Amino acid sequence: MRAMSITALLLATPAFAEPSVEVMHFWTSGGEAAALGAVRDKVVAEGVTWTDAPVAGGGGDQAKTALQARIASGNPPAAMLMLGQTITDWAAEGMLGNVDALAEAQGWDAALPQAVKDWTKIDGHYVSVPTSVHRTDMIWASKAAFDKIGAAHPTTWEELNALAPKFLEAGIVPLAHGGQAWQEAYMFEAVALGVGGADFYKKALIDLDDATLRGPEMVAVFAQMAALRGMVDANFPGRDWNLASAMVTNGEAAMQIMGDWAKGEFTNAGKKPGDDYACIPVPKAKGDGFVYLVNSLSLFTQTEADLIKGQEVLASAIMDPAVQIAFNQAKGAIPARTDIDLSAMDTCAQATSTALASNDTAGTAVPTFAGTHAANAAVVGAATDAITAFFNSDQTPEEAATALADAIAAAR
Amino acid sequence: MATKADFRTTLQDWLPKLVLAPSFAVTLLFVYGFILFTVVLSFTGSKMLPKFTWVGFENYEKLFALPAWSTAIVNIAIFATLYITICTLIGLMLAIFLDQKIRGEGVLRPIYLYPMALSFIVTGTAWKWFLDPGIGLERIMHQWGWESFSFTWIKDGEMALYTIVIAAVWQTSGFVMAMFLAGLRGIDNEILKAAQIDGASNWQLYRRIVIPLLRPAFLSAFVILSHLAIKSYDLVIALTGGGPGRATEMPATFMYSYTFTRNQMGIGASSAVIMLMTIAAIMVPYLYAELKEKK
Repeated sequence: MRAMSITALLLATPAFAEPSVEVMHFWTSGGEAAALGAVRDKVVAEGVTWTDAPVAGGGGDQAKTALQARIASGNPPAAMLMLGQTITDWAAEGMLGNVDALAEAQGWDAALPQAVKDWTKIDGHYVSVPTSVHRTDMIWASKAAFDKIGAAHPTTWEELNALAPKFLEAGIVPLAHGGQAWQEAYMFEAVALGVGGADFYKKALIDLDDATLRGPEMVAVFAQMAALRGMVDANFPGRDWNLASAMVTNGEAAMQIMGDWAKGEFTNAGKKPGDDYACIPVPKAKGDGFVYLVNSLSLFTQTEADLIKGQEVLASAIMDPAVQIAFNQAKGAIPARTDIDLSAMDTCAQATSTALASNDTAGTAVPTFAGTHAANAAVVGAATDAITAFFNSDQTPEEAATALADAIAAAR
Repeated sequence: MATKADFRTTLQDWLPKLVLAPSFAVTLLFVYGFILFTVVLSFTGSKMLPKFTWVGFENYEKLFALPAWSTAIVNIAIFATLYITICTLIGLMLAIFLDQKIRGEGVLRPIYLYPMALSFIVTGTAWKWFLDPGIGLERIMHQWGWESFSFTWIKDGEMALYTIVIAAVWQTSGFVMAMFLAGLRGIDNEILKAAQIDGASNWQLYRRIVIPLLRPAFLSAFVILSHLAIKSYDLVIALTGGGPGRATEMPATFMYSYTFTRNQMGIGASSAVIMLMTIAAIMVPYLYAELKEKK
C-alpha cells in the first residue's frame, strides 16, 4: 500500500520526462503580459510545461544583462525575447538553434514578409520565431484637440509645424513627449525617414555612410527635430512614455510621436480609434516609408529531446494564426504573418498591415534604428547620446549632425 | 594529558583561521578575483561576452575620447566636492548643536539619522516627485497662491546635477552627524574644563580643541562619503535617469550602460578600472596613515 502510494507520488512529479519550455522576456506590462498569455495558453494546451522567466524593465536592458549572466554560466533559456541585431549577434556566437524543419513543413517562407524574415531567418536558418511587427513612425492624435481648433490631420511637415501655434493658442500642448533618451531616438528615426526618405534612411542609419550623416539632409532632419522641440511642454524631461500618452488621452496634448505599442495605453483608457483618437503615419516628404520593429522569441540551442520538443511546440503555437491575432490585439502590434484575415482587429492595425505590405513590396520598409535593427547596440547607444544631447540643449542642427557623425564613427 | 592540552592549543590556534577561511576564500574570489578579471577585460576587445583578444590600451584611449565620459568625470568632480563638503558641514553643525545637552536629544537624533535607513532608490523617487514642477513643490506653491514661484532645476540640464546633491545630502548628513556625535562624546571633559578655566570662549573651544580632536571622525566621514559619491548609481537612475539628455551621467551609470546595454564590455571594464583607481587613490593614503599610527 505504502509502496504503491510512493510510486504514485513519483509518477505524479512532473519535473522530468515531460516536454517543457522556459521563456525569458520583458513583457511585464498589462497588455504585454496578456499578449504572451495567448501563446502560453496554446503551449500549455499541447501538454508542454511553461516556465515563465520575466525580467522587468521596458526596453529589455535588464533582461539582456540577466541573459548574459545565464549564458556565461552555461544555462541559456529555451526561448528569449530579443530585438534586431542582438539576434544576429547571438546567432554569430553560435548559441542559437533553429526550427527549420517545422518552418519548412508549415510554409513560413510564404507566410512572412521579407522585413520579418530579415530578422528571424539568419543565414538561412529560422533561429527566431516572430510574434508581431510594430510600426514606430506613428502619430497618435487626440480627436478632441483637433476638433477644438478645427484642423485636419497633418500630411506634410509644413502642415504639422503650422498646427503648433494654433494648439498653443487653444491652450493645448501640441506634442506630448517623454524626455528620455530612448524616446528621443525613436522620434529621431521617424523624422529621419519622414524628412529624408527611405534611401537617405538606409544610407545614413543602416550603411552608416559618414558623408550622408554629416550632409545637408541630416541637418534638415535635425532642423525638424528642433521644430518638434518647440512643440513640447516645459515639463517633458524624464517623463515616461505612457504618461505622455495619457496627456493625449485626456486632451491635455494634441499629438504624440511613438511606436504603435502606445495603442495599448489608449485601449486601456477606454478610447476607440476613429472615435477618440487617430493613428496616422508621421508625414513623409520623399515617397512612402515604414519603420518596422520585429518582436520575436529566439531559440537557444538545447540538447535534451524534451526541451527541443518544447521549443517546437512553442514555435508552432506562436505561428498559429489565431494566436497571432489574439497576441497582437493585446500587444497593439500587427501579426508577423501576412496571410491571415485581420477583420477581427481594429482599423489602426488593418491600416498598418496594408501599409507594411505595400512598403515591403516597394522596398521602402526600413528596420528601426532605435530598436537596434538597423545598427548594433554600440552605434545606436552612441547616436542616442548625440540625439538626446541635441534635444536637451541649444545646439544648432549643423552641430548636431556633426556630433552624430562623430559619435557613430567612434562607436563603429 | 599533555597530548590533549596540545590538541586544545592547536585547535585554539586553528579555529579562528578555520572559521574565517570560507569567508576569506569567498572574498578573495568574488572581490579580488573579479577585480583582476575586470582589469584583464579592460585590455581585451570584449563586446557582448568576455573575449580574450588583446588590444592593449585601445579601450582607455577610446574611453577618454568619449564626450559622455568627459561629462561623467566633470559631473562626479562637481558632485563629490559639493556632496562631501556640504554633508560634512551640516553633519558637524547638527552634531555640535545636538551636543549642547538639549532636551529631547533622544527624539531628534533618530529623526536626523532616519533618511540613511532608506535606500537611494526610495530617496531618488521621492525627491523626483517632490522636485517635479508639474506635481511637486512648484505646483504646491502655485496652489497656495505664490504664482511666481519657480523651481525647475530637475528639468534643466545645467542645474539637474545639483538636485542630486540636494537629495544625497539629505540622505547622508544625518549619518555624518552620528559619526561626529560619537567623536564629540569621546572627547575628555577634563580638557574642555581646563580650557574653560583658562578663559577660552566657546568659539575658541571648538575651533582650537574640539574640531582638531575630531580628526579621526573627519577622516572616516571623508572616506565613507567619497566612496558613496563615486559609487553613486541608484540615486542618479531614480532621480534623473542620467537626464535631461545625458546631463547627469556619472561614471557608474556610464560603466553600466557600456558594459551591459551597449555591448562594449572592454570600454565598460576600463571605466570600472579608472573608478577603482580613483577610489584607491583616496583609500590607500588613508589606510597607510591608519596602519602607520598603530605601529
